[in-house]
Amino acid sequence: MDIQKDLVAASATPLVLAILSEGQSYGYAIIKRVAELSGGELQWTDGMVYPLLHRLERNGLVKAVWGKSEAGRRRKYYQLTRPGAAHLAKQRREWQTVDMAMRGITTVETDSGEVES
Amino acid sequence: MMNPGDAVNKDGGLEERIGEWRNYVRRRQAVHAVDVDELEDHLRSQVEALTKAGLAPDEAFLVAVKRLGDLDAVSREFASEYSGRLWKQLVVAPGSGAAPSTARRDTIAAVGLAIAAAVAFKAPELFGKHLDGPGSDEPFYMRNLSLFVVPFLAGFFAFKRALPQAGWFWLLLPFLAGALIVNLLPFAPEGHTLVLAAIHLPIALWLTVGFAYGGGRWRDHDQRMNFVRFSGEWFIYYVLIALGGGALCAMTAFIFQAIGLNAAPVISRWIVPCGATGAVIIAAWLVEAKQSVIENMAPVLTMIFTPLFTVLLLVFVTTMALTGNAIDVGREVLIGFDLLLVLVLGLLLYAISARDSLAPPGRFDGLQLLLVVCALIVDVMALSAIAARISEFGFSPNKTAALGLNILLLVNLGWSAVLYARFLAKRSPFARLERWQTAYLPAFAVWAWIVVTLFPLIFNYR
Repeated sequence: MDIQKDLVAASATPLVLAILSEGQSYGYAIIKRVAELSGGELQWTDGMVYPLLHRLERNGLVKAVWGKSEAGRRRKYYQLTRPGAAHLAKQRREWQTVDMAMRGITTVETDSGEVES
Repeated sequence: MMNPGDAVNKDGGLEERIGEWRNYVRRRQAVHAVDVDELEDHLRSQVEALTKAGLAPDEAFLVAVKRLGDLDAVSREFASEYSGRLWKQLVVAPGSGAAPSTARRDTIAAVGLAIAAAVAFKAPELFGKHLDGPGSDEPFYMRNLSLFVVPFLAGFFAFKRALPQAGWFWLLLPFLAGALIVNLLPFAPEGHTLVLAAIHLPIALWLTVGFAYGGGRWRDHDQRMNFVRFSGEWFIYYVLIALGGGALCAMTAFIFQAIGLNAAPVISRWIVPCGATGAVIIAAWLVEAKQSVIENMAPVLTMIFTPLFTVLLLVFVTTMALTGNAIDVGREVLIGFDLLLVLVLGLLLYAISARDSLAPPGRFDGLQLLLVVCALIVDVMALSAIAARISEFGFSPNKTAALGLNILLLVNLGWSAVLYARFLAKRSPFARLERWQTAYLPAFAVWAWIVVTLFPLIFNYR
């Protein structure tokens, strides 16, 4: 299944914020986690995550700190901030609303075999 | 960043490839060094995971780079996130190229030398040599002007390029010679040879700066071309600083006038002379600090003005041919045509300096050739008109100097035109033209020194 570009882009922010709500993380791990959560269906261009993370940082939704990897390399870790958590909660409600509406329609569709509006 | 702990680092080729990749990414303005660090960490994590899964390090590297995505697209994203970065680099920021410690060292050296130049310019006043007012000694300042400033500029580059000791000696020699000649020779007051020496000494000394600029490697043609580029940028920065300085002076005069004080003496005796001398060093430092950061201005101006001057000269030649009007040989004609040739040479030089010497001939090259040929035609007509006058009235210092410069430029441009034509006909590489220009630079220095040293003797100091 190929997910539309627009949808991938729109879901990127809430997904990154949700992953960071599990604890601090870094770019590469976030991408891996996304692939894992979506069963490999959501494939991001790796490089695009970084401008996104920087945008979130500038808007104060995440905080970045330089730390060290297990191998001792310099690594930039991101943490969810309080406004970030609030933003995530709001986005989650929005997505749930969309999801609920979609489910409502699909149920009708499968019940009667045709789409009713 | 070598980490012995990393499994993949055992492979030397991988490190090299990551180094190359870093340089490649680093060339994009919107992606700063810290972002590259972050991306590199990503790349290394990916490579590690892939090698653990069984890929060879070089394969893993290729896959990791591919997954990172199209770098242009990524850096575009960075650019839209940090649109300010594309502008902010105009500020001399630490970490925008050189190591912070060298940047600070250069800053201190530049400011210190700028102050030293200003002090040197004001110091003679302690010995009663005033620039203006009663008992002023204008000829003293006229002939020594470049000696107050240019040595400090040369010193700046000698320091920055860590010139070897022998280099310092060779550097000092021309300044010493220049100082002795203009101050000890028995010039007639306000004589023509004195004025000529005062005009040509800065040119001679400027090319000495080129020696320091290239770190003493004055035979190196690339260094010479870099010095040409530097000179153009320096000039533009200097004009910009002068404009700012003008605004500063006007403001000073205005606000003090508002409280009933006349600031004019302070402006003319302190702000203008100290600012004008210090700015020489500051402009040079700015060019150095920013050369990698912003587009060079001189080639941009060249692109704008080459077509305009070509049109001007074409119209002029046609008008002359149609009306049959000959060039009216007045006093200033020779100097005027010298300036025209200098200008055309400048346009040619900066077009050459910015051109990729491997690129095939283009439309702009044709335009350049047309410009040079038009300038040559106009100049030959002017020269033939002047020759008659000289044979009638004989050689004066001024006429000889102007004629010598004209011939010097004519030779340069004539051969440039030939090389350009051969390049356009694809019979010789562009590098030949580049090399001709850089090889010709010492000729200007030699001529300037001839005017400074030999003219007073030949023309008996008049």
